[in-house]
Amino acid sequence: METLLTAFQLPDLESRFQARIDAEDKIEPKDWMPEEYRKTLIRQISQHAHSEVVGMLPEGNWVTRAPSLKRKAVLLAKIQDEAGHGLYLYSACETLGVSRDQLIDELHSGKAKYSSIFNYPTLNWADIGAIGWLVDGAAIMNQIPLCRASFGPYSRAMIRVCKEESFHQRQGYEIMLTLSKGSKEQKAMAQDALNRWWWPSLMMFGPSDQDSKHSAQSMKWKIKRFSNDELRQRFVDMTVPQAELIGLKVPDDQLKWNEERRSYDFGEIPWDEFWNVVNGNGPCNKKRLADRVNAHNEGKWVREAAEAFAKKQAQRTDSKLKSN
Amino acid sequence: MASKQSLIDSILILADSSLILAQRLGEWCGHGPVLEQDMAMTNIALDYIGRSRLLYQYAAQLQGEGKSEDDLAFLRDVGEYKNLLLVEQENGHFGHTVIRQFFLEAFQFPFYDALQNSQDQTLKEIASKTIKETAYHLKWSTEWVIRLGDGTEESHQKIKTAITDLVPFTGELTQAVSCEKELIDQNIFPDYDEIKRKMDALINTAFKQAGLELPTQVYMHQGGKKGLHSELLGYILSDMQFLQRAYPGLEW
Repeated sequence: METLLTAFQLPDLESRFQARIDAEDKIEPKDWMPEEYRKTLIRQISQHAHSEVVGMLPEGNWVTRAPSLKRKAVLLAKIQDEAGHGLYLYSACETLGVSRDQLIDELHSGKAKYSSIFNYPTLNWADIGAIGWLVDGAAIMNQIPLCRASFGPYSRAMIRVCKEESFHQRQGYEIMLTLSKGSKEQKAMAQDALNRWWWPSLMMFGPSDQDSKHSAQSMKWKIKRFSNDELRQRFVDMTVPQAELIGLKVPDDQLKWNEERRSYDFGEIPWDEFWNVVNGNGPCNKKRLADRVNAHNEGKWVREAAEAFAKKQAQRTDSKLKSN
Repeated sequence: MASKQSLIDSILILADSSLILAQRLGEWCGHGPVLEQDMAMTNIALDYIGRSRLLYQYAAQLQGEGKSEDDLAFLRDVGEYKNLLLVEQENGHFGHTVIRQFFLEAFQFPFYDALQNSQDQTLKEIASKTIKETAYHLKWSTEWVIRLGDGTEESHQKIKTAITDLVPFTGELTQAVSCEKELIDQNIFPDYDEIKRKMDALINTAFKQAGLELPTQVYMHQGGKKGLHSELLGYILSDMQFLQRAYPGLEW
């Protein structure tokens, strides 16, 4: 589209676009938008959709082993919500002119990313609690401002996602609470899970502000409303008292309440580990991607059959109509 | 009157079959051929867990020994489990899962439909809740049988193989064991001959539309309802019961 626009028109469109953003107007799929805005949204929304779908794997790992029928049902329902989030985020992304197949190919080829947190393993039952409490908790912190994102379909999808995520967060915390009131072994499970998921959860907010390459532009476009570090601080401030309430110790020796800032000071995030996991060296990167690729490849004949059958049905309807 | 033990055993056949099938369907979670079907299968699994809970609660209440639904699910071994052999069969490829589901629903739809007229009030109530889910499960699995049968050459072959592999486990569905016979005599359970006629009709209609045939002269395996299982069930239980066995007597 841009190639057809004269050098005179383009700056005008861009300034009108920015004015709409500044006025908190929602941008809808058919509206004009800068190509970079479209690309940024496709990258971010698809990454989010992929995260929902890949995120089903570490939790799915405990579906058959959940310790009670009630826990099993709640876990399955939760994972189903995540699949649903994936579906409507893919749909929101498709309004930007890209197909779900293309997006999935990009995930499978390694071109598109998903949240690195899902490259960590779920080793004991408390991990299911920790994922709900910490991972979904961090996700909500990130996502609540996205309910006001400038792109209409994204913001509407996020409103729905956030409602369900807050339920997930509560059920995760409730698992941790139950374990922390339980036997010595159960308490140890809960503490072990917190030890392993704490730092990766803090990493979910992305690199520190000075190292975040997309942040400034996304803020200007009101896709993003708060900086990574701001949201991370809010998460720490919210979560530390929750951990204390159930007698768990946050694995950070430098964690300390700062009366002046009315916030917690916390230790240095292990960024080396973060970049290693982002770049494919986490404990489960290969397994997670292989699982997704296998599911897709093994499902190829099913999708082809459905397509072939739909075509036959359409032809049958056509010839019926003609013969009438 | 049917003995209390027969009622409990017959309920356990239904409850165990529901739970073991839910375990199998749950294995698909995150691995389905397309996201919508991943959701459909976990959704069906959820219905089956819900159903098993209602049935276990009723069985536990009848036993009157203070046991919970979880005691019945997590603390019985292979020989005590009474599920149908069909539901413990492996997921295989998607065609196997579809056929396993379809055969079971073709039985369960007429069964739960008729169970709504049971002389037992609790089973009547469970049936009236269950029949709505079962109607959807039957629809889902029938549509996939037709789609795969009448889809591509590959899908046709695959579903044919699945039928051959799983038909031998269908005889047991309508073959009443002694505890069920007692309940049939008391109008607590419906007559299985009638259910079989309806089940055959559902299968024949779908297979005709899908261009598939039901193999004849098949040797039918029996035993699940009496606790005589394939080697597969032990693995399902050791997976499912792991935490309750390793850390007994705790709240989760």
